Amino acid sequence: MQVNEAFTPTIVAFCCNWCSYAGADLSGNNRLSYPANVKIIRIPCSCRLNPMFVLRAFQRGADGVILCGCHPGDCHYSTGNYYARRRMTLLFSMLDYLGIERERTRVEWVSAAEGAKFAQTMNEFVETVTALGENRRLEDFRCKVR
Amino acid sequence: MQGQIKEKAIALLRSGAADRVLGWKLGEFFYDLTPAVFRTPEEVERDFVFSVFSGPNLSKYLIEESKKEGRVAAFLKPCDSYSFVQLQKEHRIARENVYAVGVACDGMCDMKSIRAHGVKGVLSARQEGDRLLLETLYGPAEMAKRDALPERCLHCKSKKVVDFDEMMGENGTECPDCGRFDEVERLEALSAQERFDFWRGHFSRCIRCNACRNVCPACSCVKCVFDNPDSGVAQKAAASDFEENNFHIIRAYHVAGRCTDCGECSRVCPESIPLHLLNRKFIKDMNELYGAYQAGADFASRPPIMDFRQDDAEPSVIYARGGDRA
Repeated sequence: MQVNEAFTPTIVAFCCNWCSYAGADLSGNNRLSYPANVKIIRIPCSCRLNPMFVLRAFQRGADGVILCGCHPGDCHYSTGNYYARRRMTLLFSMLDYLGIERERTRVEWVSAAEGAKFAQTMNEFVETVTALGENRRLEDFRCKVR
Repeated sequence: MQGQIKEKAIALLRSGAADRVLGWKLGEFFYDLTPAVFRTPEEVERDFVFSVFSGPNLSKYLIEESKKEGRVAAFLKPCDSYSFVQLQKEHRIARENVYAVGVACDGMCDMKSIRAHGVKGVLSARQEGDRLLLETLYGPAEMAKRDALPERCLHCKSKKVVDFDEMMGENGTECPDCGRFDEVERLEALSAQERFDFWRGHFSRCIRCNACRNVCPACSCVKCVFDNPDSGVAQKAAASDFEENNFHIIRAYHVAGRCTDCGECSRVCPESIPLHLLNRKFIKDMNELYGAYQAGADFASRPPIMDFRQDDAEPSVIYARGGDRA
């Protein structure tokens, strides 16, 4: 049996129910491939993403966290993603200030019609995080399974 | 000033303008003043202390005090008054039950700074002009008051009491050139590894005493997220680095946009973690990205995190701003 020793990062993608989750669905329907180590978590709106969720994802073993939501102006609830945008900017800036690699966090706007963009974004993001290697600076050793 | 403020407290109680007075009394040491509520003129006469060590911010105590029956008079320094206004904006303080006495302030001394300048065994301190006259175990000593000030007072953002019913001393003005973001800028200019090491070094000392949370006027939720047993952050010394990171990021985040930068968190930290640098990072980011904003400076403005503009910067802006900028 062959053992795959190459590092495959765990990516958590928080996707808004109305746009990005449907976008991910569309990319599947179109048979576009993106890495299987992207774990999608559906949230009702991008502004549902509590900053604590991001930290918790890193704690539980994520190597990268990406938030996908409707394009600004297209939010199902009119303004949710505008708030999410400010919140995530501040959070990511703070993570960077604490010396945690800023490439591990990302926000991308993906509409329900952008299946190709979803697959492309995920491919790019996985590539970036793979290059960074394992999440060491915001890990919780109690949650590591080795 | 001590005499005048004490007289004012007694007068307010005697005249019935206030049923209680919120001020300071001696703690364990003469430089360790602690907030206290006084109910009678005799109590004030006996215990009330106002000195160069009256640093503790009294505003947070008004949340509970203003809900009780009767009126409470409070002595508010400029820092306290910013928190006072911010708490009113959040509907936490019943303003009609508070009689706010503004107190002019030119910085509150800190024992750590005095010791750092080599003065040991201090028994008492008295201000005269811009000098601080000290009595020590080894005889009298003298130093510039500026040398005895903590970091937060050296970079004082404002000497203006924002909201008051009565002012003692002359009200000051804002100090836009205080340079309070200099240290944040210095850290931002370091490499990511250096920043990581800097904060790891500080956070690893954290004993999770929650003093920073408990003293903070902005951190006034009745139920705190960290009191949740499922929060993944236990109320004890951390088992993993992550708990410290998580606690400090979330603590600073929860007061982002509401933090008036009074510096109480850093004052009370028994491990001298520069917590104000986390708060100031958020303040600096918000000022730069969403326009200048000072929490507690007025009643009308909207805090940046509860507001948005359609042309806000995208989160990708941090790829250009952060990182190794050498």
